[in-house]
Amino acid sequence: MKEGGAVSAGMAATFAHVLGRDLRLALRQRGDAALSVLFFVLAASLFPFGVGANAELLARIAPGVVWVTALLAVLLSLDRLFERDHLDGSLELLARAPAPLGVIVAAKMAAHWLTTGLPVVVAAPIIAGMYALPPSGYPVLMMAMLLGTPCLSLIGGVGAALTLGARRGGVLMPLVVLPLYIPVLIFGVTAVDASLAGLPVRPHLMLLGAMLLGAAALAPWAAAAGVRQAVA
Amino acid sequence: MPAHIAPSRAGTLAVRDLGCLRGDVPVFAGVGFALEPGAALVLRGPNGSGKSSLLRVLAGLLPAAAGQILWDGTPVDPADEAHRGRVAYLGHADALKPVLTARENLAFWARLQAAPADAAQAALDDLDLASLADTPVGRLSAGQRRRLAIARVAASAAPVWLLDEPAVSLDGAALERLAAVLAAHRDAGGSAVVATHRTLGLPDARELDMAHHEPAPLPPEAVP
Repeated sequence: MKEGGAVSAGMAATFAHVLGRDLRLALRQRGDAALSVLFFVLAASLFPFGVGANAELLARIAPGVVWVTALLAVLLSLDRLFERDHLDGSLELLARAPAPLGVIVAAKMAAHWLTTGLPVVVAAPIIAGMYALPPSGYPVLMMAMLLGTPCLSLIGGVGAALTLGARRGGVLMPLVVLPLYIPVLIFGVTAVDASLAGLPVRPHLMLLGAMLLGAAALAPWAAAAGVRQAVA
Repeated sequence: MPAHIAPSRAGTLAVRDLGCLRGDVPVFAGVGFALEPGAALVLRGPNGSGKSSLLRVLAGLLPAAAGQILWDGTPVDPADEAHRGRVAYLGHADALKPVLTARENLAFWARLQAAPADAAQAALDDLDLASLADTPVGRLSAGQRRRLAIARVAASAAPVWLLDEPAVSLDGAALERLAAVLAAHRDAGGSAVVATHRTLGLPDARELDMAHHEPAPLPPEAVP
């Protein structure tokens, strides 16, 4: 029992240590994180040019636009997760550090969410405002995104790890990841739609929460297996 | 003599009849040695003879295709978490982040390797990097980066060091530093396996010529 406590304290320390390092790296290279948010805002601003400035139509497609562009913004930043560590040799040292690789990978995924997913969530109301989303939709949109965007980092991390070192990995990775993003997209959008239609939103949010818990439990270990393959 | 970090848990690393595959191609076979506390082994051999692969197998990065690795006589899996802490590995890449300072880079790895708190500073002093400690690594020269990568190994309390061409881009003074650090490590009961083409000044180091461990040629039907 006592030993178990020491082990989990060690894991928490490893998690915090790796998270701190990745956040510090992101802070020193602020441009990278800013790029994802800028992409999110810019890409989402393009739709009105394509579909016309009909306020009713824009409000109707607002949840879908926010979710799809958020998903693409996260996708574009996934190569940051392992690629640089892989190229400069850090990844093989992380893989053979005397700490569980799953915990290290989980910390890297958490740092990725904090520097990519969270800024996108913060920027989401701007886009929703541009699309004249009815005010009643905002709380649910934010809740759904807070539950859904960590899933994007977690699931995307598995794809990023699996395609590490692959030829044309940059093209392969979205092909692996995008189909896995579909459930998050569906429930993220329907949660907002349900709230606008006056239907209960709880089931949608609970399903998103369940996806987050499942992904948090499984994705780090799956990605760790991919990393181990990549450094061998 | 550098004020050196004493390795914890000194022990004997032994290897029996080790073989390794890269893809489906055998790289080496039948490698065996024992490395007692204080011993050093220098790997020699032409390019492609499997020196780096042997180090990667010992580091737990590549699976062994045949043979056994033993720690104090007990077979171990080098990829095992408990064993990973006993071995510090220096590969071809320096694993340094250009936007972090030398000290930050070193402190990260030292803590991850569960090294004592003062180990990073001691290693910086040992490798003559104290004056560069707060310089971002992006501004260091190749030789200075290599020294910092060696300092990472020196800061770990691992009893076994695996060094893959540690002397790359080092100048004469840095080579002497490396020799001193290695000597201090061995005096404290540590051991080292070093793949190198240069003379490192490792007194009574044994040599292992990988050219003697070439695998049997593939049978003709196995060649695609």
